[in-house]
Amino acid sequence: MIVSKWLNRKNVFGLLAAILFYAVIQGSILTDILPPFYKLNLILICIYIILATSLNLINGITGQFSIGHAGFMAIGAYLSAIITAKLHGPLALGLLVGALVAAAVGFLVGLPTLRLKGDYLAIATLGVGEVVRIVFLNTEYVGGAAGFTLSSKINWSWSFWLMVLSVVIMHNLINSTHGRACISVRENEIAAEAMGINTTKYKVLAFTFGAFFAGLAGGIYANYMYIIQPMTFSFLKSFDILVMVVLGGLGSLTGSIFGAIFMTVISALLASFPEWRMVITALLLVVMMVFRPTGLMGTKEFSLNFLRKKGERNAA
Amino acid sequence: MLLNIENLSKSFGGLKAVSNLNIEIREGELIGLIGPNGAGKTTVFNLLTGVYDPTEGKMLFQGKDVSGLKPYQVTHRGMARTFQNIRLFGDLSVIDNVKIAFHQHAKYSTLSAILRMPGYFSGEEEMEQKALELLQVFHLQGKAREIAKNLPYGEQRRLEIARALAAKPKLLLLDEPAAGMNPQETHELMELIRWIREHFQITILLIEHDMSLVMGVCERIYVLDYGIIIAHGNPAEIKSNPKVIEAYLGEEVI
Repeated sequence: MIVSKWLNRKNVFGLLAAILFYAVIQGSILTDILPPFYKLNLILICIYIILATSLNLINGITGQFSIGHAGFMAIGAYLSAIITAKLHGPLALGLLVGALVAAAVGFLVGLPTLRLKGDYLAIATLGVGEVVRIVFLNTEYVGGAAGFTLSSKINWSWSFWLMVLSVVIMHNLINSTHGRACISVRENEIAAEAMGINTTKYKVLAFTFGAFFAGLAGGIYANYMYIIQPMTFSFLKSFDILVMVVLGGLGSLTGSIFGAIFMTVISALLASFPEWRMVITALLLVVMMVFRPTGLMGTKEFSLNFLRKKGERNAA
Repeated sequence: MLLNIENLSKSFGGLKAVSNLNIEIREGELIGLIGPNGAGKTTVFNLLTGVYDPTEGKMLFQGKDVSGLKPYQVTHRGMARTFQNIRLFGDLSVIDNVKIAFHQHAKYSTLSAILRMPGYFSGEEEMEQKALELLQVFHLQGKAREIAKNLPYGEQRRLEIARALAAKPKLLLLDEPAAGMNPQETHELMELIRWIREHFQITILLIEHDMSLVMGVCERIYVLDYGIIIAHGNPAEIKSNPKVIEAYLGEEVI
């Protein structure tokens, strides 16, 4: 009976589209049609989708401006890499432990810092992200500034399905009474409290979930890239993720997905002119803020509903 | 006794906003709290709902002290309020505004939402149903999917009351519900407030400086001036009380 509720038209369509996309790419990888450069960027897109949607959960849905996401990514990356490369544990265990530790740190950091608002919270999270990076930078066990190498265990299947799973989990969370509680904090904190919402609880909940998925993305990244170094997780990485979320529209899950794809493709196109990448990113942001300050999607979600007739749409 | 405020005081630095306040409210009553601008009426609401902590005194709600609780905890105990300057979740739909107030009575967990377990579907269906019923009562069911900030002013006021009722309070606190309304709208609001009390079997404490509204609906009235209760009684007594006349109109010059 529950299965029939899961398999409504929209979900079946989404699942079929995901399977089809996966199969086409997987087929072209197996038959060696797909150049490695494309494969690399497809996997990066999956990683950045997880990062952008999880940051959106904190910044867009709950309205708490965090810019330390690379720190949680670093925790997931290092922890999972230690488990898979140094302790020779299974990949799934590494990814899970990395994400859980990132979530635990997110929870501990979130409790005190989420009392801060606006700029103050942004500065505190920026600091946390840098502290994490500098701790790894000064830890001999993980190679200090040089980092350490590991064998690449992540393939297209892992990164794609983990991305789909993360997005589904975040979508389900947002579209529930608990997600609405998070949104009410963004909309009007005083009114949310007065309506019986424990605002601290939901800020910390969003922060912890966000950190969990950032840790997962970090684990996928580390186990794909052969090498991890502290410099990868500098505050510039946090800004890259933030730009994706802002471009897509703070508060829109599909917007964050667009933002992640868009920015990764831009980076790939400009791969041979790395110095232009930052210029283009900055220009894009300026243009966006002038012409569409709410981002591409605003807080709305992309849907195929507009293809239906009006009557049908209201019924659905 | 539903609410018992004993010797409540609140100071902001040297300013005594409320001093030695004593208010008693029995179950089912409709009580007015009036006073000129700046008399401390909203401060009393903010003390009751946990926005401020009292400097002195006790507030017993259903026999239990509620001072020092956080606003959401006060709401869980059974008090819900509206705001003088409307505070809706402006960018959300009308029905989502109401659903958020149902949240404390939600019957499924975060895990159940993520895994889309049966509890999620039945819980959401129940919330949707109850929210629509409540909106129907306030003649807003046709606008359930509209964005709250796009509603006309009067409907925003009604939605705010609907949202407060969705929290299922025993005591409803209305902060200047007639602010910005014309006499016709104020009259309709009086009818609505009476009707809410009958229909929801609820106790209401009303802040207002529009005398006609308060005199029309309240059974007992407390008059606050400079943070002190200067009079207390039924509308007829209040109307003829010289202290009240003085507070509102100024002293007679002989």
